[in-house]
Amino acid sequence: MTAPATSDAELAPAPAAGADGGPRGTGSTATRALGAVVLAGAAALAGLGLFGTPEDVVQGALVRLLYIHPQAATTAYIGCFLTTVGSGVYLWRRSVWWDLVALASAEIGALFTALALITGSLWGRPAWGTYWVWDARLTSTAMLMLLLLGYLALRKLPGDTDVRARQAAVLGLLLLPNVILVRQSVVWWRTLHQLPTLDVTGTNISGLQLFTMMLGFAVFAVLFVWLLMHRFRVAWLERQRDEVLVDEAIRARVAEGSGR
Amino acid sequence: MSTAADNAPYIIAGWAAVAGGIGAYVAVLVRRGRALSAQVPADRRRWSTTPAEGSVR
Repeated sequence: MTAPATSDAELAPAPAAGADGGPRGTGSTATRALGAVVLAGAAALAGLGLFGTPEDVVQGALVRLLYIHPQAATTAYIGCFLTTVGSGVYLWRRSVWWDLVALASAEIGALFTALALITGSLWGRPAWGTYWVWDARLTSTAMLMLLLLGYLALRKLPGDTDVRARQAAVLGLLLLPNVILVRQSVVWWRTLHQLPTLDVTGTNISGLQLFTMMLGFAVFAVLFVWLLMHRFRVAWLERQRDEVLVDEAIRARVAEGSGR
Repeated sequence: MSTAADNAPYIIAGWAAVAGGIGAYVAVLVRRGRALSAQVPADRRRWSTTPAEGSVR
């Protein structure tokens, strides 16, 4: 008989046996397969992005940052979107599963927001002559980063787990509106940052450059799923460990009381 | 107009930041997972089964 059926079948790792017969770590057949896809995709992306694609007429060699910077930003948006969804479902149904999805997505979202800010600054220096400017896109992205850090800090505060999760979920609801603000900032305000390279109305690039850019989006998306699965399992294990510690403390107190 | 050589440090730094940042996070995540799974009994790992129950899905 297997463990109780869950709605997260894709999160189930294979039994890479530990000392107690259970799985060791957070890896599984699914994550190993996804990991192989990410590694192969990343190798292809690096080969094409750094060496295989031509330089741009306007941007020159700096176009090589086009294969990682928008991808990092988009992955951050996905993380924030999922955090908001997870937060909403948690507040609605008090689902621990969705609470942990929200937490995992927020942490990954923070990582990719930081990478988007770093790669953006490195692109800005040669392109605009400065690492940072209080442009609408940059400023709103920095606000998003602060919101994510606030969310993660709130999760680490001591206190009742459910109360903390509820407070974090309320904050998590603010992430998606902020992402919309970041995404639309270049449209709503004419600032230094360029308009989106890919848009519903068309693209500004083509051929191998477009292919490499899309490959980058695909690789980052699979990487996000891989990270989410591992981070979710870490969060789940943390919760289980805390419950084990509480159970042990209760048992010790009961034994102490009955021994008197 | 700046040359490819002028821009190379920024491009390399950008790619290195992405690879390094993700690599470091992955390393921390995998280690945390291994450390935690050693502290949690097999029957409390949601996706696991006990040895008597055999393999999982």
